[in-house]
Amino acid sequence: MRRYFLRKLVTYILTFFVAVTVDWAIPRFMPGDPVTGMLSRMPLQPDAANRMMGYFLSAFGLDRPVWEQYLNFWGALLHGDLGISVWLFPQPVVSVIMGALPFTLALLIPAIILSWIAGNQFGAYAARRKRLDNMALPIGYILTATPYMWLGILLAWGLGSVLKIFPLAGAYDLSMSPTLTWEFFLSAYTHWLMPFLSLFLVLFGGWAIGMRNMIIYELESDYAHWLEALGAPQGLVRRYAFRNAVLPQVTGLALSLGVVVAGALVTEVVFSYPGLGYLVLQAIQNEDYFLLQGVFLFVIIGVLVANFLIDIAYVVVDPRTRVGMQGGAG
Amino acid sequence: MGPKRRLVVLLASVSLLAAIFPAATGAATIPTTYPRSETLYTSGTMWGPPGQFNPIKNWNYTTGTLGLLFEPLYLYNPLSNKFVPWLAKSGSWTGPKEYTLKLREGIKWSDGQALTADDVIYTVNLGKLASVPYSTLFNFLQTATKVDALTVKFTFLKAQYQEWSNWLYSWGIVPEHLWNGRTETEVMNDNPNPIGSGPYSLLTYDQQKVVWVKNDAWWGKSLLGLDVKPKYIIDSVNASNNVSLGQMLGGNIDLSNNFLPGINSITSGIGGYGIQTYYPKAPFMLSANTAWLATNDVKKPMNDPIFRRALAESIDVSKIVNNVYGNIVKAASPTGLLPTWDQYVDKTVVAKYGTKYNPTDAKKILKAAGYKLGSDGFFRNKDGSKIDLEIIVPSGWTDWMASIQSIAQSAKTGGIKIHTAFPSYNDRTDKIQKGKFDLAIVNDAQISNTPWTYYNWMFRQPIQAVQNAGNDGRYKNAKLWSLVQQLNVTPTSSTTAMKKIISQIQTIQLQDVPIIPLWYNGAWSQASNAVWTNWPSSSASSPHYFPVTWGGYWNMGTVLMLTELKLAAQ
Repeated sequence: MRRYFLRKLVTYILTFFVAVTVDWAIPRFMPGDPVTGMLSRMPLQPDAANRMMGYFLSAFGLDRPVWEQYLNFWGALLHGDLGISVWLFPQPVVSVIMGALPFTLALLIPAIILSWIAGNQFGAYAARRKRLDNMALPIGYILTATPYMWLGILLAWGLGSVLKIFPLAGAYDLSMSPTLTWEFFLSAYTHWLMPFLSLFLVLFGGWAIGMRNMIIYELESDYAHWLEALGAPQGLVRRYAFRNAVLPQVTGLALSLGVVVAGALVTEVVFSYPGLGYLVLQAIQNEDYFLLQGVFLFVIIGVLVANFLIDIAYVVVDPRTRVGMQGGAG
Repeated sequence: MGPKRRLVVLLASVSLLAAIFPAATGAATIPTTYPRSETLYTSGTMWGPPGQFNPIKNWNYTTGTLGLLFEPLYLYNPLSNKFVPWLAKSGSWTGPKEYTLKLREGIKWSDGQALTADDVIYTVNLGKLASVPYSTLFNFLQTATKVDALTVKFTFLKAQYQEWSNWLYSWGIVPEHLWNGRTETEVMNDNPNPIGSGPYSLLTYDQQKVVWVKNDAWWGKSLLGLDVKPKYIIDSVNASNNVSLGQMLGGNIDLSNNFLPGINSITSGIGGYGIQTYYPKAPFMLSANTAWLATNDVKKPMNDPIFRRALAESIDVSKIVNNVYGNIVKAASPTGLLPTWDQYVDKTVVAKYGTKYNPTDAKKILKAAGYKLGSDGFFRNKDGSKIDLEIIVPSGWTDWMASIQSIAQSAKTGGIKIHTAFPSYNDRTDKIQKGKFDLAIVNDAQISNTPWTYYNWMFRQPIQAVQNAGNDGRYKNAKLWSLVQQLNVTPTSSTTAMKKIISQIQTIQLQDVPIIPLWYNGAWSQASNAVWTNWPSSSASSPHYFPVTWGGYWNMGTVLMLTELKLAAQ
């Protein structure tokens, strides 16, 4: 058990190091530079730009050689400091992200977990049930092939613009301040539902299809036939099939997290949901190296932590991993 | 889940939620729901979460920081071309290099302290820091000294009247008793829990909006008899165009300063959905700045004034105004001066040298100058090499992107080949500043109290390796620059003297065409009459202010708009 986790841990640390380095480097490949852009947006008397240039270059540490910037970045990162935002100067990147993070998590976590659970249940139920299968299969394929933001736009148009059931944008009504009241939560809930749905439905389709295919495969395997030959009730056979079928789905969940996060960021932009997606868009437009790398750092950490949790879950759900770790026959 | 784990989950979610709920910033209580009839909803200024309340950082402070919260010495109303004494009671040049300013008596900061000469002197002296945008003040200002509690004497190295008059309304006075002792970094901070002197105080802000609450003790009430009507002003972070439009139509936003393409067809529709613009007909909007076609004047063939003139004559701006903007902008005069500066346009000079769309003449003068028309219908350089110019605008600026396509089309009629490119904003800016471009649309100089700000930006000398101070085309002309400097030291009250110098500037400008004026970008503004009425408009009975909440506009009279609003009859 210890060796298993140690090995995993080393892998994660290496992945983290490489991912963060790439994360640091990529914004710096953008043409143009952030301070010039920032100064050009200021209503200034022409002379002032030159004087302010020096101040801002040193405020962001951009007057140092690149290798030094990179080392400083790691130094600061290990102290939990992600630098200051160029776009929202001089707010620390950490506080900018903390303001937006709750909204992104409130969308992502329920969408990922609920779609996984519901998709698996539904897929397992639909498999080998002709009428349902015939209907569910095409719908599932369409859903899973839909880009998040496109479904988002359709929902916004249909439910928001035409039927006017849900508000079009934002995380809660403009006439409210966040307070711990039912009124506020109701408003937050109605604003949350559409972006949530656009993520949920796409993910749901994918998991349902995957599960349905796995169940059919498992029902064709020897142990299933053997159980059937023994006269085991259909329910019992399906239960065993489900347990085996769920393993690749767990792996699939781990693999898909990064893509899901990227999709969520775009969905937020569609619904003007004040999460990280909106920040990324502005950070790119303002060439805000620090905010951009900060947001992606959170994404990297999130995906790695989730993967780690899934690794642990795997030990629980797949007895073979457990046996393997204890040195038994595997 | 065991009870312990449940507790952990609960605590984690509570701490996450806590991040959403910002603390109240003042003594005033935050209502759960803001009463509609006491609240003015605005949008069009913020592209990200608010939280910056430092009037020194004029490029990213939350709107209202100058105007609602902090106040300038004067307001300047471009529509009447008048300075309105605000914190200042009066001010005048009391010597060749001396300006004396008297403050109103009885102005108090929202913490109860009196606003005095010390505050003004402290604010002015912040300009000694290189990071402060108005550090240029000390190029010509020597000292600010206190005469008495309400009087300040400014001694100048050089009386740059135009630049000084511009400063008087552009910057907010900050409280010396709270700011004194701040380091440069602290001066440039976000100024949380701000204490101002203005008609509103900061109530709260969150990811989506900022909420200003009326300051009942505001000095304007007793000293000027003015009363701002909305109790709350809520400015929201911009959503996409279609959402903004939806919010307007639904009456959820009272004043939108977003650029909403096609708004003209909505306001002129039946009933107009209760939405109005400043003008009921074209151009619908007031003009905020000039969109110029910057030509790289040191690069062949743009280094030839005749080629530049031909280019200017090949561009049909009316097509852009019609097709791209649906007439919500106005074609620029050949001088490029905004309508508010009409009095400074020398009509005889314009009649003599001004350019207008005339592709036949463009071809004629190009041929006469020795350019040869190729078999493809495009002119060649004098040395026979092909001309294919690139015109750039920032990617995502959809109206400008459509405009340069129109320009490229139109230039064909004059035999000039142009292709378009859309680099990112920063890339495009970098290219322009380093002189690595052919043609670009720029609009960095904004409306102000004096055309000097325009000329100072357009014709600035000397040329630097990185042109981050205007004159994007790197146009060299020492004589023109000395005229601009001469204009700066001409008193703002001597309109005749100003006109004389400006006429000379225009003579050179229109003959040489160093930069080509295209159209006036609008001060985008759509107001809904659903809850608040009596919006500024061109009709004689309405108030005449800019209905614009962008940074730098509250102090150009928009704050006075708030005193004129009326609740709609329910």
